[in-house]
Parts: sequence; structure tokens; C-alpha cells
Amino acid sequence: MNKNKNMTSAEIVRGDTLWRRASRRLKASRLTMACFVIIAIYLVLAVLGYTKWIPDFQQQVGEKFMHPTLAKPALWLGTDVFGRSVLFKLFAGARTAITLGVLVTCISLPIGLCLGAVAGYFGGKIDGLVQWVYSVIVAVPYILLIIAITYILGKGMLAICIAMGIVGWVGLCRMTRAEFIKLREREFVLASRLLGASDGRLIFRHILPNVMHIAIVAASMEIMGAIKAEVILTYLGVGVQDGSSWGQMIADAPGELLNGIWWPTFGVSLTLFLIVFALNRVGDALRDALDPRLV
Amino acid sequence: MIQYVIRRFLQMIPILIGVTLLIFLLFTFFGEDPARVALGSHATPEKIAALRAKWGLEKPLVVQYLQFWREILTADFGRSFVSGERLSDMFKEGALVSLSVTLPPFVMGTVLNLCVAMLVAWYRGSFFDRFMSVIFTACMSVSYLVYILLLQYVLAYKFDLFEINGFIPGVKGLAFLFLPWLILMTVQFGPDVRLYRSILLEETKADYVRTARAKGLSEKKVMFKHVLKNAMIPVMTYTVVEVPFLVMGSFVLERYFSIPGIGDLLVSSVNTGDFPVIKGVTVMIAVAYSVFNLITDVLYAAVDPRVKLS
Repeated sequence: MNKNKNMTSAEIVRGDTLWRRASRRLKASRLTMACFVIIAIYLVLAVLGYTKWIPDFQQQVGEKFMHPTLAKPALWLGTDVFGRSVLFKLFAGARTAITLGVLVTCISLPIGLCLGAVAGYFGGKIDGLVQWVYSVIVAVPYILLIIAITYILGKGMLAICIAMGIVGWVGLCRMTRAEFIKLREREFVLASRLLGASDGRLIFRHILPNVMHIAIVAASMEIMGAIKAEVILTYLGVGVQDGSSWGQMIADAPGELLNGIWWPTFGVSLTLFLIVFALNRVGDALRDALDPRLV
Repeated sequence: MIQYVIRRFLQMIPILIGVTLLIFLLFTFFGEDPARVALGSHATPEKIAALRAKWGLEKPLVVQYLQFWREILTADFGRSFVSGERLSDMFKEGALVSLSVTLPPFVMGTVLNLCVAMLVAWYRGSFFDRFMSVIFTACMSVSYLVYILLLQYVLAYKFDLFEINGFIPGVKGLAFLFLPWLILMTVQFGPDVRLYRSILLEETKADYVRTARAKGLSEKKVMFKHVLKNAMIPVMTYTVVEVPFLVMGSFVLERYFSIPGIGDLLVSSVNTGDFPVIKGVTVMIAVAYSVFNLITDVLYAAVDPRVKLS
């Protein structure tokens, strides 16, 4: 057993909880820590995007299609067809992407957890109903649902958030349901039931905390999936309409590339890659750190 | 076994009811009026009303919905609102086009990715393995659109290796297909190899592997005769489930390269409010999805004696 190898004596005395073990494992990889830093930077950029600290991306900062220069921060990545700063557009895109990712996760995570918990815990008719709902949602092409929902709510940020939130809970719901089916028969649950705990208390107080590691990993994957999907939806013309999206920049890219204007494409590809890579990596690391079965 | 298959088919009925209801409600209540879209914004109300009557849009919703079911049961979805073509012909053509785009890279990619996964699993735990894991995650993290853009720009435009865009049916069209094939294989590479690697590693922890090593089999024999064979079960499961999506094609790829497959058909029919096409494609995909899930489960039981169908 080399489990206690990296622990100080104080930690051994306090006991070795799942979370402490997990954070030790996460800290062991420098790449994972770098990915956490990347995510933090994007989060800060997104929050700053709502304040005056980050300049408006619609503002003209120079001629059209200026090459990148180090003269001013606004020109570090050159300008686009309207003379707007590519760098500021990327910042605005980060705000859009992060906001969208977080909102989608805020919608789909509670739905997935609650429905999965209820279906797995009670079983029977409720389970059948929940399974029916997600089987129907999975069987309809994702993009069709999203387009249909944009009809109802109009195109834009809100519509995609709600649409992706409604579609995105299925995976988490399945996993939560499977865990609940396993855990509801375990001794600690039976013991609390004998002591008179109500169903709600058993679900939320006793079983749900044992499923949280799945939810955390699912959240990081959900944010990543939403960011990737938003780019594609905006490219197809049903996404964010106000120009503050990386998808719009990619849609403009083919024409620009043919004229030798590489910097907007370069900038957006790299920005998109970094956040998706960081979220992927952190999701994997969290899974490895939190899931005791996979070592 | 037969009982199980029959029961699974019966279970498809409630799901199909759900799918049809959902699509029907979304597009009749909230979709744009197809008659208005077809006639343009200058059409007179009388003309629109006449076209609506011709297409049966004035009937009560319940009647329209029941008619939808008659279409499903007779597998005859009528004609497209927009082009007037028979839908069964459109689907046949579209599905063939989509398959010619997606099937070859799917087969080649699966074999190739399995080989790479085997290689990585052979060196599991080494620096090579850890380094490659980072590479695979990186491959997964590049957006689909960026792959399309860059590969098209570099390979087709800069080096002129492939046709840039377009589609011709038949053997002559092969030149147009190479680039989409390459893109699909590239997109699949990262996620597939990672998945196969974790399946292979999961198998190496099984008891039979320890037994095989204990009786003195070489590592080569253990990996290729025992682990690979057993890993094929989950690999197959994941692969079969993908098949319906091959028929559907890839929305983005078909859109980008103007390939007239099912994905392109669906997206353009949504834009023009061509409800018969939307209904037909959705039902087709939902049925294909359920059927292939069933095939997976049956295959699973056929190759793994521990699995019992119930």
C-alpha cells in the first residue's frame, strides 16, 4: 500500500477523505494544473466581458485586414473586414461561450440528476416514464430539436441555451439512474431507512452525495460539449446572432483564408482549442481522481 | 431469443409515438407555415389558403396526426412540399450518398484506430502511452469545423491534392469524396483510439489474463489471442450503435461540401418548412436507431455467453 506515501502526518490524523485524495492526485500532474489555470483565465475573461474592462469588440480600431503587430494590444491579432480587433472579438467570443456553457450546465445538470435519482430510486412506473422521455429525446436528431426550439423562442443565445439544456441531460440521467439502482440496496441506505429516514432524505442526504463525482465530471464535459456545439450551430445559422461568437468567425474564415488572411482563423482555432482541451483534460483528470474503480 | 426480439419491437411503439408526437407538435404549432414559405412573402391569402387545403393542412390536428401514422405504417410519406418528388426516392438517393461519404472512412477508421489503440495498450503505462494520451485528447479538442477548414485549405487549396468542393454521383465522384473521407477519419481518430484503449486496458485486468500469464503464455499471445478477442465485444457494441448515424450522414460536412445526402436534405427541409421530409427523415432515423440498439443487444448475447437476454 503506497496510498499514504505523499501525506503529512497531520493529514493522516485528519483522515483521508475522497476529496483530499482527489486533490492530491490532481496536483500530481502539471499539465492538469495548467489546464485549470487556462479555464480560470477564460472564466475571468468571461466575467470581465460584462464590465467595462474589456473594450467593445464592435469598435473600429484600424484599417480593414491589418496584419498582427505588437504596437497596440488591440492589434496583436490584426483586424477583420470592418477594422475591428480580432483579439477583442475573441474575448467577446469567450464571454459568449463560457456564459452559454455555464447556463446549459445549470439547466441540464439538475434535470439529469433529479430525474436519474427519482427513476433509479423509485423504479417501476416512474422509472418507465423517465426512460421513455429520454429514449424519445435520444431518438430524434439533436439538431432538429434545437432548430425547432429556436422557432419557438427566436434565434439567439437564450434559445440555444434552453435547447441544449433540454437535450443535454440524458447522459447524466442514465448514469445517475444506474448508480441509484446499485446504491439503494446498500447497507447504509437500508440502515437509515430502518431509522425512519424519509425518501427525500435518503435520496438527497444519503445517496446523492455518493453520485456527486459523476455530476462533477459530467459538468465539465457538458460545458465543453456546449462550447463545441454552439460553434457548429452558429455556423449553420441558428446560433448566436450578434456576431460575438467564435462560430461566426469560423463561418467567415474560408473566404478570408483564400485571400491569405490567416490571423482571424488562427486566433479563433487556437482559442477554441485551448478551452476545449483544458476542459477535456480536467474532465479526465477529475474522473481518474474521483472514481475509485478506475486506477 | 425470438420472444425477446418481439418484446423489444413492441417496446419501440411507445418510443415512436413519443417521437412522432414531439415532431408533429413542434412543427405544426411552432414551425413556419409551409404554404407561406413556398409561395413567398408576396402571396395573397387566398392562394395560401388554397395551397394549405391542397396539402391537407386545414384538417383537424388529430386527423393530420393519424394520417402521419398511416404514412408510417405503409412506409409511404407522400411527396415533398417543395420539389414534389416522391419521398421514398429522395430518401433512397440521399441515404446512398450519405453512405458513400460515411461508410468507407468508418470501416477504415475503425480498423486503423483499433490498431493504434492496440499499439498504445501494448506500451501501457510507459512515457509513450502517457504522451499519446495527451495527443489523443488534443485531437479530440479540435473543432470539427476547424478540421474541415484546415484540411480543405492545406490539402485541397495549397497542395491541390483533392477537389475543393462539390459532389458527382458514381465512380467519377470519387475524387470529390477523398477529402471528406479524410476529414471524417481525422475527426474520429482521437475519441475512438481513447475509447478502444480504455476497453483494452479494462480487459488486461481480468482474471483470465492473469491465468494466461500464469500458464506461461507470451505477452504477444495474451494480448492478441485473449485480450483483443474479448475486447472485440464492447468495441463491436460501440461500432454497431454508430451505424444509423452513418445513413444520416454528417450535417456539417454535407452542408460544407454541398453533398446532397440525408443530413443536407434534413437541414434544407427545415429551412424551407418542408414538413413531409422532416417527418419522414425523423421517423426513419428513430426506427433505425431503435433497430440497431436491438441488434447490438442481440449480438452481445450471441457472442458473450454470460449475457442473458431478459
